[in-house]
Amino acid sequence: MKHLHLGALCAALAGVWPTFALGAPAEAADSSLKQLREQVRELRESYEQRIQALEKRLAEAEGRATQAQAVARQADVRVEAVAQSVARVETRPAAPVVGAKSGEGAFNPAISLILDSKFTRFQRDPSQYRIDGFIPSGGEVGPPKKGFSLGESELAISANVDHLFRADARFALAEDDGAGVVEVEEASIQTLALPEGLKLKAGRFLSGIGYLNQQHPHEWDFADAPLVYKAFLGPRLQNDGAQLRWVAPTPFFLEFGTEVASGESYPGAERGKNGAGLWTAFVHTGGDVGESGAWQAGLSHVHANPRERQFEDNGLTNAFSGRSQLWVADFVYKWAPQGNSRDTSFKLQGEYFQRREKGDLTHDLEGAALTSASRFRQSGGYLQAVYQFMPRWRVGVRGDWLNAGTVDLGSLSSAELPILGAYSPRRQSAMLDWSPSEFSRVRLQLSRDKSRADEADNQVWLQYIMSLGAHGAHKF
Amino acid sequence: MFKNSMRSMRSMRLLQSLGALVALLLGGWSLPALAALHVFASVPEWGALAREVGGERVNVFVATTAMQDPHRIEAKPSLIARARGSQLVLATGADLEIGWLPLVLRESGNGAIQPGQPGYLEATSVLRLLEVPTRLDRADGDVHPGGNPHVQLDPRNILKVADALGERLIRLDPAGEAVYKARLADFTARWKAAMQRWEKEAAPLRGVGVWVQHRSFIYLDEWLGIRELGALEPKPGVEPGSAHLAGLLERQKASPGRMILRPAYASPKSSDWMGEKAGIPVVVLPFTVGGSPEAKDLFGLFDDSLRRLLAALK
Repeated sequence: MKHLHLGALCAALAGVWPTFALGAPAEAADSSLKQLREQVRELRESYEQRIQALEKRLAEAEGRATQAQAVARQADVRVEAVAQSVARVETRPAAPVVGAKSGEGAFNPAISLILDSKFTRFQRDPSQYRIDGFIPSGGEVGPPKKGFSLGESELAISANVDHLFRADARFALAEDDGAGVVEVEEASIQTLALPEGLKLKAGRFLSGIGYLNQQHPHEWDFADAPLVYKAFLGPRLQNDGAQLRWVAPTPFFLEFGTEVASGESYPGAERGKNGAGLWTAFVHTGGDVGESGAWQAGLSHVHANPRERQFEDNGLTNAFSGRSQLWVADFVYKWAPQGNSRDTSFKLQGEYFQRREKGDLTHDLEGAALTSASRFRQSGGYLQAVYQFMPRWRVGVRGDWLNAGTVDLGSLSSAELPILGAYSPRRQSAMLDWSPSEFSRVRLQLSRDKSRADEADNQVWLQYIMSLGAHGAHKF
Repeated sequence: MFKNSMRSMRSMRLLQSLGALVALLLGGWSLPALAALHVFASVPEWGALAREVGGERVNVFVATTAMQDPHRIEAKPSLIARARGSQLVLATGADLEIGWLPLVLRESGNGAIQPGQPGYLEATSVLRLLEVPTRLDRADGDVHPGGNPHVQLDPRNILKVADALGERLIRLDPAGEAVYKARLADFTARWKAAMQRWEKEAAPLRGVGVWVQHRSFIYLDEWLGIRELGALEPKPGVEPGSAHLAGLLERQKASPGRMILRPAYASPKSSDWMGEKAGIPVVVLPFTVGGSPEAKDLFGLFDDSLRRLLAALK
């Protein structure tokens, strides 16, 4: 606006000046002309001074404006920097997404859900599954149904309770004859701060005996449990009781443990009595072989005194009362080049079980109820090898065997108890699995199962195991 | 030591079981009492740092080697045994050791080294982490919710962890305060001098574009101003596929990188393939102490890393 004003003023002056010059009569008096010229000159000078003053003020104003702009720009930059550093500070905390929670949800325990589904093809009817030569363990030992089946979905919840205790709970969501069932697989607490390497666990937990007993089905290298576990532990020893373990202060791993439990499930039986019905003791030791290998071995003992432990055979109910003693020897050896299991790794694992049972065997409990002294000395084992031949891919083979061993039925015979006819089951399995990440696994397994006398069952298993949510470390 | 075994004897007697009997027999056969503080370091760099700061007063056990992928360690029996006898566990944190360390600590039965106790120190607890994810989804691969945990290749981080470690050692072993303080001051001075030298030497690396195998070097990049163009792994922890690598080669044409960085423990396959196709060198960095013959300690780790990077520039 100021520019326009000044321009107009200059134009007006320029126009006025010649008009004056041309319009003046030549014959006008010299003095008056001089006077007029003088006035005009003064006028012009004064205008020029004012114009200069105005221009000067304008220049100053313009300078101030650019200065203001620059200041504004600097301020912008500073604001941006502040915003950036604020953003950086905001994203800074060690665990901003998880740890920055507050309020009621902040202390939610770690939750994980494991989905397991199978597609199977069997030659024999899985509902007629039995292990010949052995007293049935009564647990869920049979294969899943033919075709598609939803295995157990495991829901696990764990957290530190406080500075002294940690709690783990694990529920199996399954289906039994079309009805949904929830089983409490584990609900236990363990201590965090006992002195001298002691650890106490209580509640329902998987016993520390053997090697595979503490592993959950999603950690297994094969789709089903070894025959020895099915026959002797039906298919694993789950205790309602307490466990004390002690890690020895030795340079190699050495751990002792003992458990007392209700012993109301196989190899024990329902008791309805005070005190404990089953106890165990175990020792595990292990170490490294160079930087590539690591091993662990153990020896465990389970002692139970079942009263009227019932089982079905040939449509009749029978029962065993007496003493049951089980010894388990286990070992595992793992190898990976320089201890780096990314590309290749190898695992050899085996367990040997020996069981002695002595007591009274009653045939047809609800009918004739013939009772005789009986004695069993039976054994079995499995050996398996798993080789990771390239990242994400593993192959494995497993051999299972059971020895009917000594079966002394006293005055009874295997005519009354056909399942106890001398027979030593065998099974061979091979598997291939693919684990795109540590949270997913797809497995193909082929088995030739001779659990039933003279009846081989050729099996094909296709299985996936998916793990959602928190996923804690696996045991060695 | 005598008092300790007395206490263990008393509690053991309550057991009256087979295990207890054997335990008693073994109670007398424990490690001889050593004056040194036993430090359990999860990874080699913290083991080396504990030796620098602790010197003769500490006995350092390093749980893993530079040739092992720190994400895939198992809770081996030998580690449980070592954790049992440790007074301080020095770990990286930020979930780097989540697959094994929490289990080792719980199984050890050693109350003094549980998280939250003075005997447990995470390096990342005193550091500012980069690459903190804004969304958590396992579809994004093996993401660490706390941020990128591979912090050891920025020497400024080493200084901060050294300070925290010094403080912690003094707290656990007050008798050694003077020794720890002196050693820490000495280490800090030597480290700062080395840092000046490294920064000067590494000047040519500023602004250089590189490809990486895994996002293991972002702290090194940030320190030296190296420009990371992308990772060979399509997602953290996921092996590179051929389609992804082909895509990277296209990007290499548009914005050429000068080299490919790979940690010593990683598989050479994909980086070698890409290096050959793109005609750029593959630099195998020690990544941690012991990752190369020259990386014998923390100073060697940085000396050798810089030497390898600068050699690839020529």
